[in-house]
Amino acid sequence: MGDFVTDIVPILAATLRVATPLILCAMGGLFSERAGIFDIGLEGKMLAGAFAAASVAAFTGSAWLGLGAAIVVALALALLHGFACITYRGNQIVSGVAINILVSGLTIVFGMAWFKRGGQTPSLEAGARFMPIEFLGAAAMRDVPFIGPVYADLIGGHNLLVYIALLVVPLAHWVLTATRFGLRLRAVGEMPLAVDTAGISVYWLRYRAVLICGLLTGIAGAYLSIAQNAAFSRDMSAGQGFIALAAMIFGKWRPWPAFGACLMFGFIDATAIRLQGVRLGDFGEVPVQAIQVLPYLLTVILLAGFMGRAVAPKAGGVAYVKEH
Amino acid sequence: MTARHPLPAWIDIGVIPIANVLLALVVAGLIVLAVGINPFEAVSIMLYGALGYPEAIGYTLYYATNFIFTGLAVAVAFHAGLFNIGGEGQAYIGGLGVALVILALDQFLPAPILIPLGILGAAAFGAAWALVPGYLQAYRGSHIVITTIMFNFIAAALMVYLTVNVLIAPNTMSPETRAFAATSHLPLIHDMLGAVGIPMGRSPLNLSIVIGLLCCIGIWIFLWHTRWGFALRAMGQNANAAIYAGIPAKQMILLAMSLSGALAGMMAINELMGVQHRLIINFTAGYGFTGIAVALMGRSHPFGVALASLLFGLLQQGGAELAFEFPTITREMVVVIQGLVILFSGALAYMTRPWFEALFALLQRSGWIQAAEKA
Repeated sequence: MGDFVTDIVPILAATLRVATPLILCAMGGLFSERAGIFDIGLEGKMLAGAFAAASVAAFTGSAWLGLGAAIVVALALALLHGFACITYRGNQIVSGVAINILVSGLTIVFGMAWFKRGGQTPSLEAGARFMPIEFLGAAAMRDVPFIGPVYADLIGGHNLLVYIALLVVPLAHWVLTATRFGLRLRAVGEMPLAVDTAGISVYWLRYRAVLICGLLTGIAGAYLSIAQNAAFSRDMSAGQGFIALAAMIFGKWRPWPAFGACLMFGFIDATAIRLQGVRLGDFGEVPVQAIQVLPYLLTVILLAGFMGRAVAPKAGGVAYVKEH
Repeated sequence: MTARHPLPAWIDIGVIPIANVLLALVVAGLIVLAVGINPFEAVSIMLYGALGYPEAIGYTLYYATNFIFTGLAVAVAFHAGLFNIGGEGQAYIGGLGVALVILALDQFLPAPILIPLGILGAAAFGAAWALVPGYLQAYRGSHIVITTIMFNFIAAALMVYLTVNVLIAPNTMSPETRAFAATSHLPLIHDMLGAVGIPMGRSPLNLSIVIGLLCCIGIWIFLWHTRWGFALRAMGQNANAAIYAGIPAKQMILLAMSLSGALAGMMAINELMGVQHRLIINFTAGYGFTGIAVALMGRSHPFGVALASLLFGLLQQGGAELAFEFPTITREMVVVIQGLVILFSGALAYMTRPWFEALFALLQRSGWIQAAEKA
């Protein structure tokens, strides 16, 4: 038991912390793609959100205003994506690439201009961040074997945004499967013509889907810069938006399986740090890069149909033209 | 919705693309203004920094060489209806091909044999790295965009591992291989011109640019004057019709992707055989992604790609000078411009069309343009 408490609880807690931005982005991407709008711009929206959150939190000293700014900026980018892909029927992949590249440049250009720290934002005080929440009686409980550390450090002890991410998953599942909006959203990703014929606006449905994606990626960005870390640093999303994309595909565009994939990728990442330099029997040292590429590698293998089929929404990537 | 007005070809392929790029540059100018710098001053500094003196022109063309390769790579795949986002990874792995060939053989072979082998290594490794996503798309139905994105990350991790743990020069701390022997160095243009009596400023510009331009011509001939090129474009225009016409679609995907990957991989010859003379980490520096902007701006035509490469080379070199001049602006401004070009020339390519349709109709009605010119 001692081993479990000292080894496993920190790893699982770290898994949850690493998985949080993945969960938020994957759920966001899921809404967008289930409505037929591919979004490879999760990374860019999250990075923009992270920069906006850290900048506004640095100027105002308020974590909440930082979160608000992150959401506004990510929503604006989502709207741009919608504008390009829904209204102007542009290529959804191209639009996503544009957003990613644009944001990776803009965050550094504005970061340098405003803060002059090589693209970094100033370190934030505790009040300007979302700090870990100490659960009631956690300090007293910590000495209780097994239950104590699990209660204090695994269930408790995270910041607010982690719990929001955990709430988003059942919410996404409920919205997609049990509400009229969710049914229509899924229909518009499979056969927009049928939705249009029923007199429901394809465009408005899709706009709402990309806006939900913007909202969630914005929260993910705020998590990176004002909850998990205490400042924005250049390219701090470091491919997590793409891992989230991979997790979403891995979960076959469904909330609970995607959540599972996020946790798995989070776990891989959390153990990668610990496995660095560890020798595995005759194999010698495990290269940390081998563990880092696992999410990408697994996604390629899954997409190739070697682990069941992952079928994207049928109308995904195709702009809807009303005149037909 | 109003009916579509037909536009003459010169507006469609001439005016609208230029207008889209100008729109991107105007937005970039506004961003520069927001950072507190006069955009017109910025433009003049960039132009001087990129074209104002002989060394600068050499640097501009050296950057343009990278973009010719990665831009052509994206363009060839576009013609087959494939979106290859993996240029960055393919160029990186191309560098592995260069390094393996040269590290293995540079003690034995003379330059005339070693250099072609090095180029071949770059092309072959880049092609192989693109062929896997191509194969998975053709035969296993996985989405090429997602696989090539994933392959970029896998390539980066693989190259870091190989460079740091396997290929690193003995007794060094920095993650790079030993220096290549001089027999593998691509000749520098200023040396070549100097040898025939034409003076030119020193710059990293090397023989790669000639190879790049030859690739442009080769790809142009391939796409528009060979049977396979026709089949490839037919598939990109309408895959179902192409299959019905007896074109082997799966093989065409493999062909398009390996060509695309080979071109991206050849970017490594400019950087590694031309300039660095060793394999270093991150030598691709995002040029693979710039290729997307170059291809979109050049409308996937080899000639357009060459022109767009020149503009991006100019931005890259001019942007460096701009960052040098103003401490408040960084080289990443160039990345912003790339993003804006992809946005306006790619994603929002249809946005400006109705404006021109309205303008054209207006001009026609008022007699400025004769009805005979209507396409």
